[in-house]
Amino acid sequence: MDLLRFTTAGSVDDGKSTLIGRLLYDSKSIFEDQLEAIERVSESRGQGQVDLALLTDGLRSEREQGITIDVAYRYFATPRRKFIVADTPGHIQYTRNMVTGASTANLAIILIDARKGILEQTHRHSFIASLLHIKHLVICVNKMDLVGFSEEIFNQIVEDYQEFASRLDVPDIKFIPVSALLGDNVVDKSANMPWYVGAPLLATLETTYIGSDINHIDPRFPVQHVIRPQTTEWHDYRGFAGRVASGVFKPGDEVVAMPSGLTSRIKSIDVMTGPVEEAFSPMSISITLEDEIDISRGDMIAKPTNMPKATQDLEAMLCWFNEKPLALNGRYLLRHTTRECKAVIKEVRYKININTLHKNQQDLTLGMNEIGRVRLRTSVPLFTDPYSINRSTGSLILIDQDTNNTVAAGMILYDTGERPQSDWDMPSI
Amino acid sequence: MSSYNLSHLKQLEHEAIFVMREVAAQFERPVLLFSGGKDSIVMVRLAQQAFFPAAIPFPLLHIDTGHNFDETIEFRDWLVKKTGARLLVRTVQDSIDKGRCAEEKGINPSRNGLQTVTLLDALEELRVDAAIGGGRRDEEKARAKERFFSHRDEFGQWDPKNQRPELWNLFNGRIHQGENFRIFPLSNWTEMDVWQYITTEKIEIPPLYFSHPREVVNRRGILLAKSPFNTLLPGEQYETRRIRFRTVGDATCTGAIESNASTLDEIVQEVAAARKTERGTRADDQRSETAMEDRKKAGYF
Repeated sequence: MDLLRFTTAGSVDDGKSTLIGRLLYDSKSIFEDQLEAIERVSESRGQGQVDLALLTDGLRSEREQGITIDVAYRYFATPRRKFIVADTPGHIQYTRNMVTGASTANLAIILIDARKGILEQTHRHSFIASLLHIKHLVICVNKMDLVGFSEEIFNQIVEDYQEFASRLDVPDIKFIPVSALLGDNVVDKSANMPWYVGAPLLATLETTYIGSDINHIDPRFPVQHVIRPQTTEWHDYRGFAGRVASGVFKPGDEVVAMPSGLTSRIKSIDVMTGPVEEAFSPMSISITLEDEIDISRGDMIAKPTNMPKATQDLEAMLCWFNEKPLALNGRYLLRHTTRECKAVIKEVRYKININTLHKNQQDLTLGMNEIGRVRLRTSVPLFTDPYSINRSTGSLILIDQDTNNTVAAGMILYDTGERPQSDWDMPSI
Repeated sequence: MSSYNLSHLKQLEHEAIFVMREVAAQFERPVLLFSGGKDSIVMVRLAQQAFFPAAIPFPLLHIDTGHNFDETIEFRDWLVKKTGARLLVRTVQDSIDKGRCAEEKGINPSRNGLQTVTLLDALEELRVDAAIGGGRRDEEKARAKERFFSHRDEFGQWDPKNQRPELWNLFNGRIHQGENFRIFPLSNWTEMDVWQYITTEKIEIPPLYFSHPREVVNRRGILLAKSPFNTLLPGEQYETRRIRFRTVGDATCTGAIESNASTLDEIVQEVAAARKTERGTRADDQRSETAMEDRKKAGYF
């Protein structure tokens, strides 16, 4: 059985938590004691029907305010697939949570209130999904029950969205009219909307093809840890442990270690149950080499015919997460694959208005929940690919040296011509 | 040509191994919190896999309430011997004797809350900078908001509203003096995943998890096993039933379920058909709506 990770985004009161609750409830993933608990709470608040949103709002203050504050992870399974859901809050001050949820997702569900149509937040959520390179979007037009299950209203929203989405970089977008509250088109096909001929949400989640989402082309192995048992039995064993970031490795492959540039061949690829014939992302393995080469954590194993770009100068789209705004020429710690180094932000090229998607080259401050393109200089070379073709070797985080907080997430861009064109720096934005 | 797809179970396994290795690389004095329960047994297996053929590079730490099932301790000692892991034990009784905490008043005192004191003291004494725990996000609603790398301040407290964002697989384990991290490699596992993994990997677990006859008392719907640590209330009496445990913890608050499941396959079937969460058998979680959140903020596992 395979695994689909998805995230949900929507504005306050769009019914995200209700939709997740409905998926869990109708797919029979809710247990009696959980249901009894939320029935008790719903009743004590005088709500007529069980508030399914309570299933995902876990923290005390969330329950009190009826809002979601932090990313909540939920799990359910159908006979076809296992699902990991990152339920993220919709308020503007919590944009960082959507970026967080989106960073590991294959698919994003974006909710639109059928009564309100496309709002600024819809643009924002869609842009973030596109920026984080989620390849599949499912646009749920929710609260269809409140607009008389109108086909015209749904079609108008689809048309409006498509016009806007032409500026996004998402290959697969689907539209579903739903009522999370009543369950229409969530698990079962709605009897109230016979005009909708597509699949309901759950079937869509079960069948979306994600097999080609992982990069199996460019071999990248960031070394995480060196295993040296130094026992009699394994006296000379030196295994380079890590998780395959992308591509495929096999015993006998000629490989190059970066930054040394020394080459060798793969002697074995080991897991505890024995050697394996090939390794691909996201497998955690140990690689042994034919030759003794000095390799340590933070180094990268690739192939001489397909190497990442080693560079100390990076272009990146940065999402800022901290109250303390970005400091130009400020020093930060930077974490990229298994490498940590110092970095200076040399330039903010522009800021993106995430509601209108306009570039702003006048105001170059980057504050909490803002996104902009920057130029960075690192203390050591990083081994990078553009984020658009490699989520692992194209992503980074910045850490404040004083507070140790994670203050930003970055997606590496390459200038046109250096590598296959990245779509991030879209001319229209 | 293979399809280059991993099953969900393999994805979870490789993710957890990655997290284990990241702990070894980013921290100086990690421990693996070992309770003898199935989740911590699975964690020991994942740690073995992460560092094979080397030994697990950090010790196991058992916070012992003293209210154990004998089977748990026997199993713990057997596993430690088999894996060659280093075991450290710190006891709640010791914390009580030192006056660090006091036994709960009333009938059936639980040492579940007291464990937090012993745990925090042990982490301080051993200067632990990362404690690997078996917590899973599917267990309980407050846990659903937990990070893989969960920051704890110098008082061991969790601040759920001010957590570090965790993106991709880039874990930020940087700390100041006196702070530490709780690490949850099984974050994305469900109870079903754990059981399926135990089944497919043929991992040995204590006999408590399989159906057996035992004397229990039914207290407000929770079947508590007869033990020296439990006292009967007026009108209560023990009766022998065929039971097994879904979770194994402090004997005073771990409830059994009636079950005939005596093989792993039967347990998986039973879990698949279960209509109550596994923590539904834990008296400690039923104390209030936000019992787990409150305990976690204070430094609980």
